[in-house]
Amino acid sequence: MTARGPMPRRLEVAEGVVDLSHGAGGRAMAQLIEELFVATFDNELLGQNNDNAVTDPPPGRMVVSTDGFVVSPMFFPGGDIGSLAVHGTVNDVCMAGATPLYLTASFILEEGFPLRDLARVVASMGKAAQAAGVRIITGDTKVVERGKADGVFITTTGIGVARPGPVPSGDRARPGDAVLVSGTLGDHGIAVMSSRPGIGFATDLLSDSAALNGLVGAMMDAAPDIHVLRDPTRGGLAATLNEIARQSGVGMQLQEVAIPIRPEVTGACDLLGLDPLNVANEGKVVAICPPEHAAALLAAMRAHPLGGDAAIIGKVVDDPEHFVELETSFGGRRIVDWLSGEQLPRIC
Amino acid sequence: MKPAPNYRDGALARRLAAAIAARALPDRTYNIMEFCGGHTHVISAFGLADLLPPQVRLVHGPGCPVCVLPIGRLDQAIAIARHPEVIFCSFGDMMRVPASDRGSLLKAKAQGADIRMVYSSLDALALARANPDRQVVFFAIGFETTTPPTAAAVLTAARKGLRNFSVFCNHVLTPAAIEAIFASEAAQRGELRVDGVIGPGHVTTITGISAYRAFSESHHCPVVISGFEPIDLLQSALMLIDQLNAQRAEIENQYARSARPEGNRTAQAMMEQVFEVRDSFDWRGLGEIPHSALRLADAFAAFDAERRFPTEYRRIADHPACSCPDILRGVKKPTDCRIFGTGCTPESPVGACMVSPEGACAAYWQARGRSGGGMAGTQRASAVGSLARAAR
Repeated sequence: MTARGPMPRRLEVAEGVVDLSHGAGGRAMAQLIEELFVATFDNELLGQNNDNAVTDPPPGRMVVSTDGFVVSPMFFPGGDIGSLAVHGTVNDVCMAGATPLYLTASFILEEGFPLRDLARVVASMGKAAQAAGVRIITGDTKVVERGKADGVFITTTGIGVARPGPVPSGDRARPGDAVLVSGTLGDHGIAVMSSRPGIGFATDLLSDSAALNGLVGAMMDAAPDIHVLRDPTRGGLAATLNEIARQSGVGMQLQEVAIPIRPEVTGACDLLGLDPLNVANEGKVVAICPPEHAAALLAAMRAHPLGGDAAIIGKVVDDPEHFVELETSFGGRRIVDWLSGEQLPRIC
Repeated sequence: MKPAPNYRDGALARRLAAAIAARALPDRTYNIMEFCGGHTHVISAFGLADLLPPQVRLVHGPGCPVCVLPIGRLDQAIAIARHPEVIFCSFGDMMRVPASDRGSLLKAKAQGADIRMVYSSLDALALARANPDRQVVFFAIGFETTTPPTAAAVLTAARKGLRNFSVFCNHVLTPAAIEAIFASEAAQRGELRVDGVIGPGHVTTITGISAYRAFSESHHCPVVISGFEPIDLLQSALMLIDQLNAQRAEIENQYARSARPEGNRTAQAMMEQVFEVRDSFDWRGLGEIPHSALRLADAFAAFDAERRFPTEYRRIADHPACSCPDILRGVKKPTDCRIFGTGCTPESPVGACMVSPEGACAAYWQARGRSGGGMAGTQRASAVGSLARAAR
């Protein structure tokens, strides 16, 4: 991100739109970067005004993650593509039990995208990053012709440091381990769906989009040997647990009655023909830990504002076929499977 | 928007299950067919078969609209969707159903056809209003439940003088399908082992209960119209068991909170006005069934996509290894199919029963597992029969 020389006039945020010159490397691009991105994300590393950020590596093992964001609509109840681009990548770094420190951000902008909306997205990113205690230290902007993108796509990369000791990993679930979730499932997916044109239904439901580093820090303090941490985003709890079962070579048994789901999410899912266990979350974490640590971990989660509805929902079992099985509230059983196909495109 | 928690009460479910176990006589079997794919889905999602004693067996019927649509009709849909001026509107369930030549609506969309997923006919109507320079075609599928909304869309389009909206009509009729199963050659020979039918509650909300009278009387078969909550299905099974124990063959209405005996007269009138019964329609798995489907009446020909975008119907044989036809007739269980779970999975379905979550194969797939899962009771039911090696 480079800015040179004085700009003739300030960026016309209120009325203006992105045009091809904003990605062309000239003054217009420099102005966009300086007046919008650098001003909003304000930190000394970004302020170096180079195409890179130079800083000393922190001590410890580095954790890196990257994620692209294309959610539609970009403004949804409880968040927007900007806050989501921060939360999503911060959370992916946290899932190694790590402390996220820095983000990079790459923007693909569509010609004609209102600068007012871009400013709103960027402000939301800045606010989310500040709240999560991470800094956005370098970035990139490209503009594509009208119709070749949809407003704005954002890619963020997160850098953090892991704690000393064993790192939570998807291949460490062991038979007997307890399976916990930090709260109600499906809120994000249903909140986004509810604001889609053609589907719109009235609900007060908000996306759960949130940075989980505070919660995960408290969890790591309470139960230092958490075997697995993962945020159940696309594909929901079902996909996340199936991934872990396959990675670890185990099965899982869940209790339907223990799984926290809001009644309005159940109702919307019934209406739309979806299973809440397949619906995306953006502010929840699944934790798998030795059974003797489960009570302490649950207490720590419930004591945190983002974990008030946390619950132990099942256990890891020995199973060569890696089934995730659910005992229904009726005492029947079913398989909790991966979602086939794509029911909810562009949910994040 | 709240679900109906009373209908998902685990304790009530266990009491109903205990009543079923107590009243189902140990020395006979109760073969119960749930006609509707919606019921099949609820049975698997809640693991209801696990709650039934072994002599109570569930047999899945053909009431999954996605499953019974023949491949040839889907090919026609894709041909219509490929017209450059067309915006083709489909329910999401249809998108991945395999068509001829490894095609599907999803693939046609990727290749450039403008295909949109909609949740109702009214969404398609809104698209037509918003895109006056395009031709919007609604892919209408389903039984009597989804037919009135299609009729309403056509009537609205006619009233507003919309010239760019049409319907590719594939609506089918429930009574004709039930009769086709029970009147098959195998059934004539006494090989069809269905002792009672759980009737489709939503369909009945439209049609009224008289739709089942002829069938129930001629085959001396009890019918219980059921709602779609798991408690509804357990209670309906219990009501059928009571009827069978008393050797009654009546039409009872468990879903009285929604389905009135006479049905929805307004909806019936709209259907009567907009549609006419086809002489015959090809059903996947069941073959040609006379008077079993609807098309737009001549008065609404302007809104008929079949007349606006003429395509030829070609009957396509199912994949030779796929047992969907037998499964749809209740002849085979999904696990009898040699490609179930190997060549045919929800990720890459060969047959229609694996595509829709209402299909019997997808339901079995979800219930598979060490314990046999929630369809265990239904797997045992498969002996249902040689019903119809016949019907082929």
